[in-house]
Amino acid sequence: MNAEKRDRGLLRVDGNECKGCGLCVEACPPKVIAMSERLNHYGYRTATYVGAGCTGCGICFMVCPEPGAITVLRAMAQRSAAGSGVTMGTEGAMPCASN
Amino acid sequence: MSSEFISEYEVIHAKPKAFYETYARKDELQHQTHYCPGCGHGTIHKMLAQAMDEFGIKDRTILISPVGCSVFAYYYFDVGNVQAAHGRASAVATAVKRSRPESIVISYQGDGDLAAIGSAEILHAANRGEPIAVIFVNNAIYSMTGGQFAPTTLIGQKSTTTPGGRSAIHEGYPLHVSELLATLEAPMYIERVGLGDNRQIAQASRAIRRAVENQVRGLGFSFIEVLSPCPTIWRLSPVESQRWVREVMEKTYPLAVFRDRTKDAQPRPMPQEPPALDTIPQIIGVANGDVPEDSAIRHEPVTDVDLHVRVAGFGGQGVLLLGEVLAEAGLDAGLEVSWLPSYGPEMRSGTSNCHVRLSREPIDSPLVTAPNVLVAMNEPSLKKFDKSVQARGWVIYNGDAFPPECVREDVHVLALPFTQIADALGDARAANMVMLGALLEIADALPQTSVDAALRRLVKNPRFFELDERALARGRELYRESVREVCHAG
Ligand code: SF4
Ligand code: SF4
Ligand code: SF4
Ligand SMILES: [Mg+2]
Repeated sequence: MNAEKRDRGLLRVDGNECKGCGLCVEACPPKVIAMSERLNHYGYRTATYVGAGCTGCGICFMVCPEPGAITVLRAMAQRSAAGSGVTMGTEGAMPCASN
Repeated sequence: MSSEFISEYEVIHAKPKAFYETYARKDELQHQTHYCPGCGHGTIHKMLAQAMDEFGIKDRTILISPVGCSVFAYYYFDVGNVQAAHGRASAVATAVKRSRPESIVISYQGDGDLAAIGSAEILHAANRGEPIAVIFVNNAIYSMTGGQFAPTTLIGQKSTTTPGGRSAIHEGYPLHVSELLATLEAPMYIERVGLGDNRQIAQASRAIRRAVENQVRGLGFSFIEVLSPCPTIWRLSPVESQRWVREVMEKTYPLAVFRDRTKDAQPRPMPQEPPALDTIPQIIGVANGDVPEDSAIRHEPVTDVDLHVRVAGFGGQGVLLLGEVLAEAGLDAGLEVSWLPSYGPEMRSGTSNCHVRLSREPIDSPLVTAPNVLVAMNEPSLKKFDKSVQARGWVIYNGDAFPPECVREDVHVLALPFTQIADALGDARAANMVMLGALLEIADALPQTSVDAALRRLVKNPRFFELDERALARGRELYRESVREVCHAG
């Protein structure tokens, strides 16, 4: 991965909690959320991060009616991997973690 | 790749801590709310929970939930919760706040709840300036009950009860609760916000935070009205519902701050402590012991009559009348009485029961949870209540085959086929009076003249009056016979 392409934010959607209302898709300013093609266990198409471009603005979180469906992460000041926080590529912090 | 270029992310927005981890409302789907997709309640819940997190007040917040779609708010918020009867949330919030002034008290109500049946409660809570926050979720409709028009329904808006659209002539005009409350002197903060787009949502979040902050600062009454989508009843998609909020609803309900007196406001003084109990006679101008000669409380209470009766059976068996005659007779005999009917939502059939108390002393509660006489007019009623009968109490059961699983060593039983006995008297429907006759004979607490007087007041038809009189007499006789039998047997 290279520094220029690193996104400022990251979106994590809990595919069990999302009810597919689409409000986050509508709300996201850079339009980086889409609805999945697949249905989740409960028959909803769920919100999915398209993979890049999240600014970490948190708007999707604010509009989402399900308390825990959306988690937004923001890039911390660049530093070595020894710091705290969630490192890319671990425990569900991947873009589209739910799908 | 060199380590400097590894990006690290921190969580900046996640489910607020003021929510429970999982919601124990049902066995499945414990991670989801019960709200429909795109429902504004979830968004508003989240804003409220975030504000609670921010001020660190989770452990001293008491949320009053309403009746309506948000009736189950207590399954979601990990705070103190009280669920109030329909429309009464702000009155309940008043009581909670007054008895626990250190708590942050938040009343969460919908428009059917607050603006219709609860309109008096909110008006007076606001007028008293109660230091509570009220979150008023206005979706212009009764949602939970299936879409009946509410006082907030827009002119022309269709609902199940205004199928042609609300008209001002028939249903009046949409009630502007925020504006109405802003005419009052006492409120501290009143704002209407919406969930119509990102900008509105951000403002709604600020307003809710503000209302919570006002409580933390100890200021007075704060009221936030939120125009909130109800995609299900509006029959619009969630995204269309948002648009409807900002393009249609907002025209009737403009978004604005209607009152803000928070700027230089000082914390509201706590209500006065009530006076100590023993000072009350002096305050109201009676010296202690200054009780009139003939006052009932002068006389030693006589405890010879203390009936706790539960009567239960099918609707139509005369359960309520049995209780009423008993209570009315007690009244005639100068006793303290109460009669409390209790029946299910079914209009017909179903079961019904009533609670009757007769006592020489004032009655503390009309509820009879542990009867000393149970009149069970059918088997299901017996099975439902037999465990609750007090030891040495009586069970009068309509049926000669007493179910073995209901047999108890410590209660007396009179089980007879009362329906057939009444039928033999001329009408099976008089079974209730035969059973009452037996009860009266057992209790031996009321003169027959009082019973006659009660019956005369309650049974107007002379034919039934005469039948009921005979039924009562038969009941008394049956009990006496049963005692004789026992004596013979013994
Ligand atoms: S945080 Fe902002 S940019 Fe990122 S997905 Fe959510 S709305 Fe879009
Ligand atoms: S993540 Fe939330 S806002 Fe987005 S579709 Fe799912 S439930 Fe709706
Ligand atoms: S009926 Fe309306 S208000 Fe009720 S949960 Fe569904 S969308 Fe929300
Ligand atoms: Mg409503």
